[in-house]
Amino acid sequence: MTTVTTPAPVGGAERSPNRNRPGEKKRRTLVALARSAPLLPAVLLLAVFLFGPVVSSLYGSLTNASLSGSTATNVEFVGVKNYVDLFSDPDFPKAVLLTVVFLVASAILGQNVVGLGLSVLMQSANGVVRGVVRTIVVTAWVLPEIVASFAAYAFFHDGGTLNEMLGVFGIQGPNWLYTFPMFAVILANVWRGTAFSMLVYTAALNDVPPEITEAAEVDGATGWQRFRLVTVPMIRRSISTNLMLTTLQTLSVFALIFVMTGGGPGTDSTTLPLLAYQEAFKFGELGFGTAIATILLLVGALFSVFYIRALKPEVD
Amino acid sequence: MTAPVLEKPPSRAAEAGSRLSMASPNRRMMKGLSNGVIAIVGFAFLLPMVWLVLASVDTSATLSVKWPETFSLDNFTAILTPERSLIPLLNSTLLSGGCAILTVVASLLAAYPLSRYKMRVNKPFLYGVLFGTCLPITAMMVPVYSLFVAFNLIDSVGGTILFLAATSLPMAIWMMKNFMDSVPVSLEEAAWTDGASAMTTLRTIVVPLMRPGIGVVFIFVFIQTWGNFFIPFVLLLSPDKQPAAVSIFSFFGQYGAVAYGQLAAFSLLYSVPVLALYVLVTRLGGGSFALAGAVKG
Repeated sequence: MTTVTTPAPVGGAERSPNRNRPGEKKRRTLVALARSAPLLPAVLLLAVFLFGPVVSSLYGSLTNASLSGSTATNVEFVGVKNYVDLFSDPDFPKAVLLTVVFLVASAILGQNVVGLGLSVLMQSANGVVRGVVRTIVVTAWVLPEIVASFAAYAFFHDGGTLNEMLGVFGIQGPNWLYTFPMFAVILANVWRGTAFSMLVYTAALNDVPPEITEAAEVDGATGWQRFRLVTVPMIRRSISTNLMLTTLQTLSVFALIFVMTGGGPGTDSTTLPLLAYQEAFKFGELGFGTAIATILLLVGALFSVFYIRALKPEVD
Repeated sequence: MTAPVLEKPPSRAAEAGSRLSMASPNRRMMKGLSNGVIAIVGFAFLLPMVWLVLASVDTSATLSVKWPETFSLDNFTAILTPERSLIPLLNSTLLSGGCAILTVVASLLAAYPLSRYKMRVNKPFLYGVLFGTCLPITAMMVPVYSLFVAFNLIDSVGGTILFLAATSLPMAIWMMKNFMDSVPVSLEEAAWTDGASAMTTLRTIVVPLMRPGIGVVFIFVFIQTWGNFFIPFVLLLSPDKQPAAVSIFSFFGQYGAVAYGQLAAFSLLYSVPVLALYVLVTRLGGGSFALAGAVKG
């Protein structure tokens, strides 16, 4: 989208021949200030409530703040102690590993592959089937996260729908939430998040001109070849932005895991957001929890930079 | 739900595909296969939600999908008391409505100079906004809690609304600017010539012309806030201030093990407004802004 640029509403003074007069520079600064004044409420909100926590996260992770006790009032600067403790705590590397598994399996593989697969298949599907399935998939995504979490909890519970259905085939299903907690939360997150990828890819595929795939077909390319050599390269940018966005969304998944397994059994499904929550609010180690939050923020910031680079032409 | 994505009506490409498919038997088989596969996936996606609906009308509901022996609305009457669901739903409305109004006003004001003037602050500001849309808010809740303790804002509805608005602002500004860019500037130029100020033209010309866009932003922010669990869970402590998302969770902790039917009924009651608003927003938006500036491929 292009920025609409217009002459100044306050008059075309910028084009006046007097631009070198001493008062002119000051006047132009005033005009610029007046024009950017409407930005103020947004800037204030963002500065206090979004930038504020980021700064306090960076600083707080260097203190020994806790929820209660003597260190709740007498906060001391402890340097990188929280980070040193973090890396020597066995729970942290485990949480990092579980977070990576969760990201790769549920966002990068699950949501993207299922989303892309669905939108490709929908192109050649019957209109009614397409409409119904799309509505179902989107509903799972529009539902409030807490409701979706309960639905997934009921589905994977020992006496839930999944085991009931396996029972019909004579299979005694395990207690998914206890025996395979990561498997259950990964599938639940695929269920909940696929709609986003599906909608992005459906829009991208609609922008691929049919003439190009038809031309490849005339040249004798099979369906798979057309998809791999023509369609995928043409929607490459959507794939990369979508990979980034789904990863960022999955990085901050909390309620789903919190409701389904509570991070357990033990710490077997404790990803970084859950670990940060538990350290800060269950064990009262605010500084420790803040250090985890800071690491998550940095990871998120890193992804954002890539995302912004991909969208650069949009801003310019 | 984080970034807004709207559905687009099937384009030429999809239609051409289905027309061609009548031509060859190979294609017809492919079509049958596609239908079969997506129907199975659709069924799998539907199952967890079927439980919500069936359990809500079943007084002896379990965690498994089963047809209720007797159809009854007892679960709904049981939860429709002020302290159980009505006050929490009212709190949700207050939080979401307050946040959506604040976000729409702030983003509308901010979008105007960003869209209409070429200023030196535009580029860094928009990059900052884009960066803000990507921040993992969940990760920030521990430092946000500390900040709220420092400001003495814990358990304050106003403070929570301000924070919720700040988290929705980046996306809202981005969307609002894109909507405003598509409003032609020529009408405003005429008004400027007649001596109207920027704020007057915004109010009398731009806002009426971009009403559907404003509606879309409002509804998106409302839906997002309505569904948010973690932010009010951390920032609001007293039960009489907590929104439905949090009170459903405490309900689950207190009665969850026995009253699955009531849990499902409450969940359904709480989800209906969001589903209705989503349908409304797809109607409002149509296909004209398929991805609302969130993702451009």
